[in-house]
Amino acid sequence: MDVILFLVFAIIAVVCAINVVVQTHPISSAVSLVGVMASLAVLYLLLGAEFLAAAQVIVYAGAIMVLFVFVIMLLNAGAEAKKGRSFTAQLLGLPLWVAFLGLMAFFVQRLFPQSTLVHFGGFKGGGAAEIGHALFTTFLLPFEVTSILILVAILGAIVLARKEMD
Amino acid sequence: MLAAVPISWYLTLSAVLFALGVAGFVFRRNIITVFMSIELMLNAVNLSFVTFSYHRQQVNGHLYAFFVMVVAAAEAAVGLAIILTIFKNRGTLNIDDVDSMKD
Repeated sequence: MDVILFLVFAIIAVVCAINVVVQTHPISSAVSLVGVMASLAVLYLLLGAEFLAAAQVIVYAGAIMVLFVFVIMLLNAGAEAKKGRSFTAQLLGLPLWVAFLGLMAFFVQRLFPQSTLVHFGGFKGGGAAEIGHALFTTFLLPFEVTSILILVAILGAIVLARKEMD
Repeated sequence: MLAAVPISWYLTLSAVLFALGVAGFVFRRNIITVFMSIELMLNAVNLSFVTFSYHRQQVNGHLYAFFVMVVAAAEAAVGLAIILTIFKNRGTLNIDDVDSMKD
């Protein structure tokens, strides 16, 4: 059952991610990205990260992607113009990408040979209580710094999106 | 048929998603799609964090993934504001046309 669930949602994630990259219209990419994030939320649940699965759906698929879709609609972004790539990019792009992916997959397989098996329910420390406890004891300083970061981001967004830019 | 999934499968899935994000970042021309590819890469790294958290049976990886999520939210707000400003000032979303720092 674990294997079937993993395979189904991993395939959905990879197909949607390929769709993000190959679609020419940004709105199609955005909708595919929502698919990636939703299937990743299910994988988080399989790994025992209940809080993160909820946060993934709420923050990523909910807030961030709505922001993206809003901006795409606002700018009325059409399909990407087909332009010729440089000769080097056409020649070397795909082989280099495959080599990069192969190297990463190779190292993962070498460093973690069939060591730990993931059972659903094999890790019980991912609930909101445990996350909250760690967040307000061990990670208190990063948490407070994060609040300042968000304040700065809000101010930056307001300043950048103001009416007059001169 | 395996009864459970090895963590190397999760890490390989994370590597595939990250590589697809890199491909989108490098090969696409639309600035919004490039930005979405960055989000895809951040998601892939989050999956590895959660997988390592399971591997070590510790909650720390979840916290790192949580902070990555928060930074991604802040980055999306500021980045989309920058995209809006670029579009307002130049009227284009093609990154090849935004090259005034090259001269």
